[in-house]
Amino acid sequence: MFLDYPILSFIIWFPLLGACLVLATSKLRPIFIKLLALSISTITFIASIPLYLNFSLITSEMQYIEKYSWIPSLNVYYYLGIDGISLPLILLTTFLTPFVILSGWQVIKYKPSQYFASFLILEALMIGVFSALDGLLFYIFWEAMLIPMFIIIGVWGGDNRIYATIKFFLYTFLGSVFMLIALIYMYLKSGSYSILDFHHLSLSFNEQIFIFLAFLFAFAVKVPMWPVHTWLPDAHVQAPTGGSVILAAILLKMGGYGFLRFSLPITPDASHSLDWLLILLSMFAIIYIALVALVQKDMKKLIAYSSITHMGFVTLGFFIVFMIMDNYSSSTAALMSLQGAMVQMISHGFISGALFLCVGVLYDRMHSREISSYGGVANTMPKFAAFMLFFALANVGLPGTSGFVGEFLVIIASYHANFWIAFLAATSLIFGAAYTLWLVKRVLFGEVANEEVASLEDINPREWFILSALAFLVLLFGIWPAPLVDIMEVTLLNLLDHISISKL
Amino acid sequence: MKILSLIIVLSPLLASILSGFFGKSIGRSASHLVTITGVAISFLASFFILSNFIFLDLSTYNEVIYTWASIGDLDIEIGFLIDPLSSLMMVVVTFVSLMVHIYTIGYMKDDPGYQRFFSYISLFTFSMLMLVMSNNFLQLFFGWEAVGVVSYLLIGFWFKKESAIFANMKAFLVNRVGDFGFILGIAALVVYTGSLDYATIFNNLDNLNILYISFFDGMNVPVITVICISLFIGAMGKSAQVPLHVWLPDSMEGPTPISALIHAATMVTAGIFMVARLSPLFELSSTALSFIIIIGAVTAFFTGLLGVIQNDIKRVVAYSTLSQLGYMTVALGVSAYSASIFHLTTHAFFKALLFLAAGSVIIAMHHEQDIRKMGGLRRYLPITYLTFLLGTLSLVGFPGFSGFFSKDILIESVHSSDLWGSNLAYFCVLIGVFITSLYSFRLLLLVFHGAEKFDDNTKKHLKEPGFVVTMPLVILSIPSVFLGWFIIEPLLFSEFFKDSIFVLPENDVVSYIGSHFHGSLDFMLHSFTNFTSPALYLMILGATLSWYLYIYNPSASKKIMMKAKYFYSILENKYYFDWFNENILSKGAIIIGKKFYEKGDVLAIDKFIVNGSAFLVKAFSNIIKRIQTGYVYHYAFIMIIGLVFVLFLL
Repeated sequence: MFLDYPILSFIIWFPLLGACLVLATSKLRPIFIKLLALSISTITFIASIPLYLNFSLITSEMQYIEKYSWIPSLNVYYYLGIDGISLPLILLTTFLTPFVILSGWQVIKYKPSQYFASFLILEALMIGVFSALDGLLFYIFWEAMLIPMFIIIGVWGGDNRIYATIKFFLYTFLGSVFMLIALIYMYLKSGSYSILDFHHLSLSFNEQIFIFLAFLFAFAVKVPMWPVHTWLPDAHVQAPTGGSVILAAILLKMGGYGFLRFSLPITPDASHSLDWLLILLSMFAIIYIALVALVQKDMKKLIAYSSITHMGFVTLGFFIVFMIMDNYSSSTAALMSLQGAMVQMISHGFISGALFLCVGVLYDRMHSREISSYGGVANTMPKFAAFMLFFALANVGLPGTSGFVGEFLVIIASYHANFWIAFLAATSLIFGAAYTLWLVKRVLFGEVANEEVASLEDINPREWFILSALAFLVLLFGIWPAPLVDIMEVTLLNLLDHISISKL
Repeated sequence: MKILSLIIVLSPLLASILSGFFGKSIGRSASHLVTITGVAISFLASFFILSNFIFLDLSTYNEVIYTWASIGDLDIEIGFLIDPLSSLMMVVVTFVSLMVHIYTIGYMKDDPGYQRFFSYISLFTFSMLMLVMSNNFLQLFFGWEAVGVVSYLLIGFWFKKESAIFANMKAFLVNRVGDFGFILGIAALVVYTGSLDYATIFNNLDNLNILYISFFDGMNVPVITVICISLFIGAMGKSAQVPLHVWLPDSMEGPTPISALIHAATMVTAGIFMVARLSPLFELSSTALSFIIIIGAVTAFFTGLLGVIQNDIKRVVAYSTLSQLGYMTVALGVSAYSASIFHLTTHAFFKALLFLAAGSVIIAMHHEQDIRKMGGLRRYLPITYLTFLLGTLSLVGFPGFSGFFSKDILIESVHSSDLWGSNLAYFCVLIGVFITSLYSFRLLLLVFHGAEKFDDNTKKHLKEPGFVVTMPLVILSIPSVFLGWFIIEPLLFSEFFKDSIFVLPENDVVSYIGSHFHGSLDFMLHSFTNFTSPALYLMILGATLSWYLYIYNPSASKKIMMKAKYFYSILENKYYFDWFNENILSKGAIIIGKKFYEKGDVLAIDKFIVNGSAFLVKAFSNIIKRIQTGYVYHYAFIMIIGLVFVLFLL
């Protein structure tokens, strides 16, 4: 389009080929491997910036399209393109990957080349998911992603990693199989695998319900929604820090992305008639899971549960739009709801990623995730304590941080639908503060709890750099979310137009 | 004006950043210099603006600084509204903050977290200014939460102390309960007026009177009432009204300078300010106003009573603050917004003074806070004693002092109101005068008069703290004594607030009083002969009683304590609010959370569904695998059986 090289293909294939290079260098000194992986991911990030700079804010059409025939007999294309929904998620991915690689700089001693290569492969596949416009291509990226994640948890994970990986794999795989069936069904009906063709495919109400439920299985597991969420705390607890960061920051967003890309536009009538179910499950995530988070004894589990409640706002924001559109003719409130949910996804990427990094910083030093092994960390690690407190407050949804924006918009939007939904959603103000600040109190504050805490060393420049880069963005999007909101506006308005017209 | 307003807001922020991030490298004195300069600039600029409003009749400034986000038709903007109300608040905030900054040099001089402390209080000043200068609800909420966070950080400033880190979490969580209401109120405003901007909302109020929200079938409430009560719940959190008052006494765990700045003079009055700022909304719902009256009256009366039995010097002042906040709230409820702001202003000075003087006592006593171990301190701390006395006289409403004017006009306003609940409130605020006087003089007498109850070692070191501590006391006692006399007329009876505060004519008790107002002297003399509302005599009664009980005949107070033991234990337990919150609410949430986790996540989902289905698959394959044993004779046998079976069927 604007530049003469295919950016999307580049940022998918460059880290993928780079990963092969990293694997090939496994005999070299570790520092070389790390630098190589870091430079590959940094180049990928830099290469992805033009996507934003040249992105047109006035069209809802797909941009940076690349379309080549791939399997002609099945009408499958290598078909890439992005819009206002996928762009921020891609940038989130390319931005976070270098930091994830940095976070493993010192602790990964066992097979470093494989570790770093896994993350590069994962990055490529995640970008693939967010940019694929062909259903089968999407499915391949989607499923392939499980493999590097499986390896990351299974090889570099904690003591109980095998149980966690198998649970993670089977849970998510089971969900996706239903999605494959739905994709094949729609292919048989339309003769095309193009997602954009699916959007306009006419489907009867019953067909929509089945397709909707099939997608729901796949996406609900990924988000994850109550009651298919129990793989996440286990996976987080066992995953190495980098794995947790990617899992929370990006992998969970696949589910949300799926709802916007598939469920809503392909099955608008089913989404409309089953919106109560999704709203109900979101409420469970916001209230039930918040209470569960309160009683966790493991820091990573607590943050994992906190992730689930935050993702509850995302699904609430996506599916409350029908109630809003029934009540109001103006699209402002419905748009607010979708934008709030999208902003929540991006912001949660930064904040939960940062919180897992904070836990990683502690874990690297003390090799414990138990809250009770800590206490008074602020005495020995004041700089670290400042960062962790900042991200905790962002997690609580403090205005001025990005954590506030999504929650605020979704609560206001849901008030348009129904007072009680807004009321229940707003309880997260209290519960979120309760579990987060209680964690902070037990870990950071108080007298130095034991000798191990007494001998802790504050963060080094590498850790400081990672945390401050994330803190900067959390603050930036809290003070000025306009750039983020503007990217999505036209795309989401178009989506609202699309789903307001029944397919029946 | 735009540049001036940005300077006011940003100079404390910049100072805070400098001392917070570079405090170690620039050193201690550079840190306090830079933050004091930042706040001083803000104060001077604010004072300049206020004097322009007073003398030059400046017109209201309302401008957008930048667009936060625009969503469809809704533009969410950050901007400043500077009018007489906000400029008065700006001066109060920056002045008290400046005094506290200077005082801190002395109070915190041995603390290792010196720079951090200055950084926090400057950050607080920034947040509070953002709150009062806002022209929209988003920024209001930002400032609202930001002051809450800084308060959280400062209460827990000594983060090694278990009681401090419990208190700060409690403060944050209780405030969050208020914010929960507040955010719902903001959401309702967006739903029904389509804006977050004050001016736009105030111009679109017509719908709110006729629309209803249906909570349940048959329970329809006017939208305006829902909005006002929701917003007021936010104010109840921040301004510590019953039942969300429980955090304020505990907040005394923080260093004393911030008790003066945040938990007496400024942050806790944010709720009062907010309701006054939104008077065009609250005027439309008499239900909400009555609700406010009742909450305020209950707070004013019952928390004052608790002040009588406290033995920690700071806690007495804290309960006094709660009670005075109740007074301000009652005034808001009877639509006497300007009287409430007047009391807010005088209270900011005399209560900051009382806290800082209490801090001075605490330094002199080497961080002893129990008033039963003090006594007779007036001989050792003359400046502190004198300023504390002036503060006390202002607080109890001694004729001629600032507090007298603001409290008397407030009581008169409640007396004149016809709103539902104002009779009860009148009773509460009147008896409250007696109680205020009782606990205030008790504190004064026990600390500064009577027998010395400290040991010789303490006595040896007992001396007036340095200049940086006493100077703010002296400066603050000037407005505590004289301000009321001079500003009562310009503030309340001269249309100073005409563009800031809106009052319906039938609710306008302040101008009703104004029609009988003939100067400050006359107002003061009138209180001597006003037997229908004998506030002055109740005050004298309270003072006399506390002199009798705590100086003349101390055994009498013990006897009363014994006689009224049940009543006393209710007070001792602070009406069991803390007990209820800790044992029912917190424990309840944890028990429910545990049940959800153990029975829901672990048992039902993981054990039963997830591992259960894995188990089923395994069990099923155990059966299946028997028919594929790999032995040819098994297969041959099954084939023969099958053949026989098929042949039979044929």
